[in-house]
Amino acid sequence: MDIRIVGVSKAFGRTGALRGLDLEIRAGELIALLGPSGSGKTTLLRVIAGLEFPDAGQVYFGQEDATGLAVQERQIGFVFQHYALFKHMTVFDNVAYGLRVRRHGTKTEIAARVGELLDLVQLADFAARYPRQLSGGQRQRVALARALAVDPRVLLLDEPFGALDAKIRRDLRRWLRELHDRTGHTTVFVTHDQEEAIELADRVAILNGGRIEQVGTADDIYDRPATAFVMSFVGDTSAIPVGFDGHRPSFEGRSFDTCLLGPHRGPGLFYVRPRDVEVTAPGAAAITGKVRTVHRTATGLRTQISPGKTDTLIEIELDNSATVKAGTEVGLRFLRGRLFET
Amino acid sequence: MLKEPSAIPGFGLSLGYTLFYLGLIVLLPLSALVLEAAGLGLDGILRIASEPRVYAALRVSFGLAFAAAIIDSVFGLLIAWVLVRYSFPGRKVIDAAVDLPFALPTAVAGIALATLYAPTGWLGGLFAAYGIKIAFTPLGILIALIFVGLPFTVRTVQPLVAEVDREVEEASATLGASRRQTLLRVILPIFAPAILTGFALAFARAVSEYGSVIFIAGNLPFVSEIAPQLIVIKLEEFDYRGATGIALIMLALSFAILLAINLIQAWSRRRLGGV
Amino acid sequence: MSQRPLPPPTAATERPVTRLCLTAIALAFLALFLVLPVIVVFSEALAKGVAVYLETFDDPDARAAIELTLLVVAISVPLNLVFGVAASWAIAKFEFRGKSLLITLIDLPFSVSPVVSGLIYVLLFGSQGLFGPWLEAHGIKILFALPGIVLATIFVTFPFVARELIPLMQEQGSLDEEAALTLGARGFRIFFTITLPNVAWGLLYGVLLCTARAMGEFGAVSVVSGHIRGVTDTMPLHVEILYNEYNFVAAFAMASLLTLMAVVTLAAKTVLEMHYGDALARTTRI
Repeated sequence: MDIRIVGVSKAFGRTGALRGLDLEIRAGELIALLGPSGSGKTTLLRVIAGLEFPDAGQVYFGQEDATGLAVQERQIGFVFQHYALFKHMTVFDNVAYGLRVRRHGTKTEIAARVGELLDLVQLADFAARYPRQLSGGQRQRVALARALAVDPRVLLLDEPFGALDAKIRRDLRRWLRELHDRTGHTTVFVTHDQEEAIELADRVAILNGGRIEQVGTADDIYDRPATAFVMSFVGDTSAIPVGFDGHRPSFEGRSFDTCLLGPHRGPGLFYVRPRDVEVTAPGAAAITGKVRTVHRTATGLRTQISPGKTDTLIEIELDNSATVKAGTEVGLRFLRGRLFET
Repeated sequence: MLKEPSAIPGFGLSLGYTLFYLGLIVLLPLSALVLEAAGLGLDGILRIASEPRVYAALRVSFGLAFAAAIIDSVFGLLIAWVLVRYSFPGRKVIDAAVDLPFALPTAVAGIALATLYAPTGWLGGLFAAYGIKIAFTPLGILIALIFVGLPFTVRTVQPLVAEVDREVEEASATLGASRRQTLLRVILPIFAPAILTGFALAFARAVSEYGSVIFIAGNLPFVSEIAPQLIVIKLEEFDYRGATGIALIMLALSFAILLAINLIQAWSRRRLGGV
Repeated sequence: MSQRPLPPPTAATERPVTRLCLTAIALAFLALFLVLPVIVVFSEALAKGVAVYLETFDDPDARAAIELTLLVVAISVPLNLVFGVAASWAIAKFEFRGKSLLITLIDLPFSVSPVVSGLIYVLLFGSQGLFGPWLEAHGIKILFALPGIVLATIFVTFPFVARELIPLMQEQGSLDEEAALTLGARGFRIFFTITLPNVAWGLLYGVLLCTARAMGEFGAVSVVSGHIRGVTDTMPLHVEILYNEYNFVAAFAMASLLTLMAVVTLAAKTVLEMHYGDALARTTRI
């Protein structure tokens, strides 16, 4: 089932957590809401769930306007970062909870369904255990089974792996993707970890300051970032202010050749990835810079260079064999970069 | 006596003084009790327990204490919930006021309640119009016991109410449970041990209460006479044995009931654990 | 354009109507059971006007009762203070066998009826008690006299200071004292300059509770005092005498003093809790 969010705003006190946000979620897709803390991603998820109501705008579940529907009526599944399991109930009772409160089926039918779900999350042997007897990863799987038990129209996950170790996180990520492929539920999950978002999701929505900066596939995000924020959020970048002389960008009055990505042609900020900067002899490039620092990394050298007369730092990765010394002047060649308006 | 040597000074002095003080104030008098009890013997105690007037007083004391503790547990939970979860003007003051029965001298509470619920009192008069007598009846005793037990039931549950995990409530709602179902199935079970503790404390306090009760109770033997009152009467009659007997029965009964409650709690604490 | 509903409930609370009802019931219950009795005390005390109210304190028996209460407090509270400090020092700073038994003993008065607290002293010092004959033979009066009252009061109130200090000192550990030792300080000096300042608020709170309880104790003192007007009547006992004589204004006037003391105790407790929140909250006060 698809979900449409139209013009949704929500403020908490004086801070606007969501500002006139639009988003279309396609039926059956696995979409990630990605962004720094405070970007509004959790708020958006909770608005979809009905745990918060928006100040303005609508939320559509399919054709139905669900904006004012109580959370109990929305038929969603929600998985919390800290599991929120009912600690006085067994794993079985936790998973059966949604079925029992809605009186969905006889005792045998419920038992069968719970058994199915526990098999799905590979915890069939743990039915009689209590949450405190489980590891973090196991608890999250129970939470997932519990959410799936009521056959939700959409599955919502709020930083589901945030409280787990890195290794467990990676395992569960893969496992969640397989689960999604098998069951086909529309799934929305919130994360601040871009690696997780890109690896897991069909599409990623990047939020910043209560607005959506871009929605797209991994390729879209990496190769065609729509805004400067997106570009710098998903990977290392450096930026220098440039003018434009009609054909080429210019830095401190000097035009330089480069492959310009993106549609913008005009003065603005030139964003470049560390790999796309070459260091040459000072005379061999239009732009020169002063090397500030050089350190070893596992894979080579990382160096910071101030272009021209500025104090801005451009970070570059070089091969270990490069001979670059702090304090010297070098030439900078930008292979490709993206121009954004300021 | 020390488990391991300590560089900190003063062990001998502090422990010595402590034991001396306790010995004088607590152990010495208690040994008199034990001596008297030994003189009675088990059959002596049982004989006293079966005296009609004693039996009646014990029934009044324990029965009304039980009822009061139940009422206090119900309203204690409600009051704790309202104080923690809702906001309204004067909340902080009212929160502090809950301790009033604990801070107020029992004799003051006693005469105030007696005056309030006497047929000429503000509340007693109201009910008298309907033919209901409160003061000088078991009902009056019940009211006094409700008064003294309330802080215990509120304060034991309050911290748990404050710690309720909102996400668990939300999870229950996302699974389709109505607010009432969430409260009954998810929230209340978490409070159960604390409610039991509060009940036990209120009950223990109510059974042994004297000052708040004797003014409003009718002190009619067999009807509205509480066990502590009977102890005092026996002492005034120099019936030390009788007084001691009643005291021991009270202690034994209270101990048994509290032990049972402790066991129930330990069992439920094992179920909950730390998640 | 869908209609904007009224501020809707979130999933984690009750409907506004329900909230209102529950709040009303809770407040009504509290008003009925807690507030009214206090109001009654003052309304009865002032029933005949302020002048008559004040006159009740001119009565020599009333004065004697107040003096006796203050005397009892002046003796028992400092003694309990010293005990509390000694006991918590021993318990918090050292490990020894029988520690939990000791702690249980300290909690004993709370599980015993005040009447029984008085009873045990009667069994000890009463004319038919353990030492009764010996005391009579030597003309020493403990029961029906000041010593008996002081003893009963001490029994009922000695846990208060200790129960506040023990958890507090246990939590603070001994690091500060050990540091002082390494710097060459000794015994009492360490206590007064290091330990005491650390536990000052808890100590104050404990003394406050101890004093309030000592002033207001009724059951235990009633059993040992003999109710001799003007001699062995504490304030609570005097309240009883006046009330039983139907001298309501005087009874409530005396009661009003005790009530004021209770209110001051609660206020001071609230202030101390604000100042000193977590550590106080962690100690079970009951």
